[in-house]
Amino acid sequence: MTETDAPYRSDMASSVSTSSHLVVVGAGMVAHRFLESLRAREGAERLTITVIGEEDAAPYDRVGLTSFFSAASADELSLSPEPLDGIRFLRGERAVRIDREARTVTTDAGSTVRYDELVLATGSYAAELAVEGYRLAGVFVYRTLDDVRGIREWIAQRSQALGRPLRGAVIGGGLLGLEAAGALDGLGVGVTIVQSSNRLLSAQVDDAGGEALRRLIEQRGLDVRTNSRTTELAADAAGRVAGLRFDDLSTLDADIVIFSVGVRPRDELARAAGLEVAPRGGVVIDDGCRTSDPAIWAIGEVAAVDGQCFGLVAPGYSMAEVAADRLAGGDAVFPGADLSTKLKLSGVEVASFGDAFGATPGSLDVVYADPIAGVYKKLVLSDDAKTLLGGILVGDASNYSSLRPLLGAELGADPSAYLLPSDVEAPTGELPDAAVVCSCNNVAAHSIRSAVTEEGCTDVAGVKACTRAGAACGSCVPLVKKLVNAELAKAGRTVSTALCEHFPLSRAQLFDAVRITGLRSFSEILERHGSGGRGCDLCKPAVASILASLGNVHPLDGENATLQDTNDHVMANLQRDGSYSVVPRIPGGEITPEGLVVIGEVARDFGLYTKITGGQRIDLFGARLEQLPDIWRRLVDAGFESGHAYGKSLRTVKSCVGSTWCRYGVQDSVKLAIDLELRYRGLRSPHKFKMGVSGCARECAEARGKDVGVIATEKGWNLYVGGNGGFTPRHAQLLAEDLDTETLIRTIDRFVLYYVRTADRLQRTAPWVEELEGGIDGLRDVVLNDSLGIAEDLDEAMARHVDTYRDEWKATLEDPEKLARFASFVNAPRTPDPSLAYVEERGQRRPATDAERSSGISNGGVASGAITIAGPTLEVVRS
Amino acid sequence: MIAVCGLNDLLPERGAAALVGDEQVALFRTLDGDVYAVQQQDPYSGAHVLSRGIVGSRGEAPTVASPMYKQVFDLRTGECLDPQGRIPRRLRTWQVEVRAGQVYLGEAR
Ligand code: SRM
Ligand SMILES: Cc1cc2nc3c(=O)[nH]c(=O)nc-3n(C[C@H](O)[C@H](O)[C@H](O)COP(=O)(O)OP(=O)(O)OC[C@H]3O[C@@H](n4cnc5c(N)ncnc54)[C@H](O)[C@@H]3O)c2cc1C
Ligand code: SF4
Ligand code: FES
Repeated sequence: MTETDAPYRSDMASSVSTSSHLVVVGAGMVAHRFLESLRAREGAERLTITVIGEEDAAPYDRVGLTSFFSAASADELSLSPEPLDGIRFLRGERAVRIDREARTVTTDAGSTVRYDELVLATGSYAAELAVEGYRLAGVFVYRTLDDVRGIREWIAQRSQALGRPLRGAVIGGGLLGLEAAGALDGLGVGVTIVQSSNRLLSAQVDDAGGEALRRLIEQRGLDVRTNSRTTELAADAAGRVAGLRFDDLSTLDADIVIFSVGVRPRDELARAAGLEVAPRGGVVIDDGCRTSDPAIWAIGEVAAVDGQCFGLVAPGYSMAEVAADRLAGGDAVFPGADLSTKLKLSGVEVASFGDAFGATPGSLDVVYADPIAGVYKKLVLSDDAKTLLGGILVGDASNYSSLRPLLGAELGADPSAYLLPSDVEAPTGELPDAAVVCSCNNVAAHSIRSAVTEEGCTDVAGVKACTRAGAACGSCVPLVKKLVNAELAKAGRTVSTALCEHFPLSRAQLFDAVRITGLRSFSEILERHGSGGRGCDLCKPAVASILASLGNVHPLDGENATLQDTNDHVMANLQRDGSYSVVPRIPGGEITPEGLVVIGEVARDFGLYTKITGGQRIDLFGARLEQLPDIWRRLVDAGFESGHAYGKSLRTVKSCVGSTWCRYGVQDSVKLAIDLELRYRGLRSPHKFKMGVSGCARECAEARGKDVGVIATEKGWNLYVGGNGGFTPRHAQLLAEDLDTETLIRTIDRFVLYYVRTADRLQRTAPWVEELEGGIDGLRDVVLNDSLGIAEDLDEAMARHVDTYRDEWKATLEDPEKLARFASFVNAPRTPDPSLAYVEERGQRRPATDAERSSGISNGGVASGAITIAGPTLEVVRS
Repeated sequence: MIAVCGLNDLLPERGAAALVGDEQVALFRTLDGDVYAVQQQDPYSGAHVLSRGIVGSRGEAPTVASPMYKQVFDLRTGECLDPQGRIPRRLRTWQVEVRAGQVYLGEAR
């Protein structure tokens, strides 16, 4: 097939000649849609069709390429096979030449195909930067199935060879770059996104949106470098990529590099054949998708309309429809492109649509930004503020689907209604009225606000009494407090930072006052700094904590004992029935078989319910007050000490097994965790604090969910601070990188003590960091650069703590006066609380419910059925 | 009146439980030497724990805060001063007398 005799007449466009031969070059998404559309049209059956596709695959869903990393096989991405039925498909062959005279296409495999009509659907290729080293092994682009396969194999092979997670760089922070970065991250690669301009997604979002986006990405644990121009890729001895160098001469280590610096239309065939191409590339087409040669059409990413190519599938699909319609005799016209986009990166919501940059003359912006929550939303409106022209949504794109259809239409509602938070997560005074603040009691923000404005409440306690917000689990109290204070401030009333009715000072002020005056008893402190009365359950524990932070006093020493909440008073945790739980310290979660045996024996002998906690240790529940010393004597004799599960103090340092056993570990995370736990044990603080140490970036210890998180690196330790789980989960933020152990510990010392001294009562580290002047940067200045000049003082204080630490339980057992506090009754010191009742469940005992009590216990506490009253013997009645 | 314990068995500003028949009573000795007796059972949780709460004051009233859910009670009258958003519940109280270093309980009120 080399010749045609049927002369092509351009006026034939309205009908297709009998047994015309149609050739499609490219078998991508748009070609597929074109064939599908053509097949559905009348008149197309007279066409014989040949498709030439260079990839070794049937047409597949490139938009879903990233899912191939998790897909079982390439088949899952395949597009429906029907459009190719009965079509000659030259799979794996590349068209290398078009002869317009002869109307033939030649492939690299030597086939020559004659055409009457030729459709170019060759798409784009992913651009690379022609910097030195851009062809090194380990450098990829992100466009095809083969690219993805290559990336996956490289990661598997290199991380095995190196015995650690890889570091990767994605050059280019556009839509595709972010998607590629997310994919690498998902494969366990530590990713840095390198962007030459000042912000990510510079084509879709403005500066403020880019900033919000950057925060979101960083929160996901990816690093971002903006304003960084890559000048060179460095190689290791074996010619594999090893790192990047930038125009400011700084460098970045990388075991894998992905270029995502844009796409270029694959117009090389057309160029060589002398078709008109656009100045910036792309085969020029008219609004019927015809090129400068009337027998040749171009559709998809390779086609340029008004000088522009479109890197999205939707305009390509429109072109496919237009071309199919024309070939079947219609006169469809390309309607122009909708360039609305939504980023596909899990956990990061970004959408940009319409006139996102407000280029329309006179247009107005309505902006909602919540930098703390990482949300930035902008709507672009017509000059009368009625018609929606476009918008940018970062951090919360839940309204994208409802807004996009409104493009060019009147919004019909107050634009701000589309911008307010759709789900309330961040604690903010800007909460919409309907937001539920207290989930336990279903109290909305407006009820709390009106408790202040209408009912005259002036503090959390008042609002609690009035609305029940905060009256159950208490988790929402900080949020309630914020709302109350915001309302008070709005009403021009002063917001009190007083600890309670007995102290006009805030906790931080009181801490300083006590530190400076050197007073060491509650009575003295109350007299000097208080405003009368005898204290209460708010200020007493706060003062006890301050005194303990300033110098390891035993919780039961002298007057100190009167200040303690029952947990600190008996050094155990109160349970719902009035019994207590016991948690021995198990530093770093490491325990010997002998230790386990002792705990097991104690639990068995005292009939305690046993559970592994969420903090890598063992909790023994159901101990009675008068039993605590006996239980602890056994534990202390076996070498255990208090785990401070009851104190506002260090809880646990969670660790993963680390380099001693784990094939990926790069440092000894268990040893560090134990060292940290032993260093900070017993240190009293405004709220409990937790730490975690992971032996590599896989992060099995969930360190970033802790107040202090340490993650091992090849060179040392990365330190994260301000994380927690609980009511308002927060990921810890990076404070410092690649620290040696000594610097790490000194930095944690200062962080912890600075927190202890200045945080509010019951304020954990995350909200504390958030409220610090300068946030995390301000904190870094204080603990690393000593901007307040207090480092020496903090270091000394920590040294004192470490030197004077003694186990509270051991000290208690040695002191008869302290032991006397564990009497169950002043007139019957060893008689068990007769109201306790237990039921067996799953082989252990638990407190009986009210219903079980009333059905099981008759006259004077005689148990029947499955119920037993705790007697001097601890037999559990087996049902 | 029934003798329960010696005054010195009670530590200032800290409670103690006493078993009177099959009744559990919470005793408190304030800093100025007054002794109060209220029910040991916390009306909000049902657990017998009030003697383990923190002793303090609200205005003029000597108080105890329940160690369980932190409701605050007036030790003199048993009145609930801060119900923490729940319905206020009053504690039973007992007449107390201190004679010759001994603490005696009278009628429940
Ligand atoms: C025993 C344990 C649950 C378990 O069976 O696993 C537990 C039990 C209690 N937790 Fe917890 N928490 C336990 C792990 C956790 C964790 C998980 C962790 O540490 O990895 C969290 C989320 C992480 C975090 O704290 O950031 C957790 C978040 C809380 C919170 C919410 C804190 C917040 O900032 O929102 C409270 C309430 C509070 O402290 O005010 C709480 C309070 C409590 C108290 C103390 C409630 C109370 O006052 O009675 C529970 C009694 C403990 C006891 O021994 O009687 N517990 N608690 C876990 C003990 C760990 C340990 O070995 O010490
Ligand atoms: C990871 C990723 C995510 C994406 N996400 C989105 C998204 O969310 N939304 C969106 O709208 N778009 C997205 N895109 C872009 C979208 O995939 C493209 O716009 C679309 O695939 C364009 O289709 P096309 O048929 O024009 O080109 P392609 O799909 O690239 O197909 C062209 C085909 O032609 C072949 N070819 C080229 N030259 C020759 C030749 N000479 N001989 C034979 N065969 C040849 C190529 O190998 C290729 O197989 C994404 C792209 C990638 C890579
Ligand atoms: S252990 Fe923690 S999560 Fe579970 S009930 Fe107690 S406080 Fe709630
Ligand atoms: S008390 Fe408000 S959320 Fe639990």
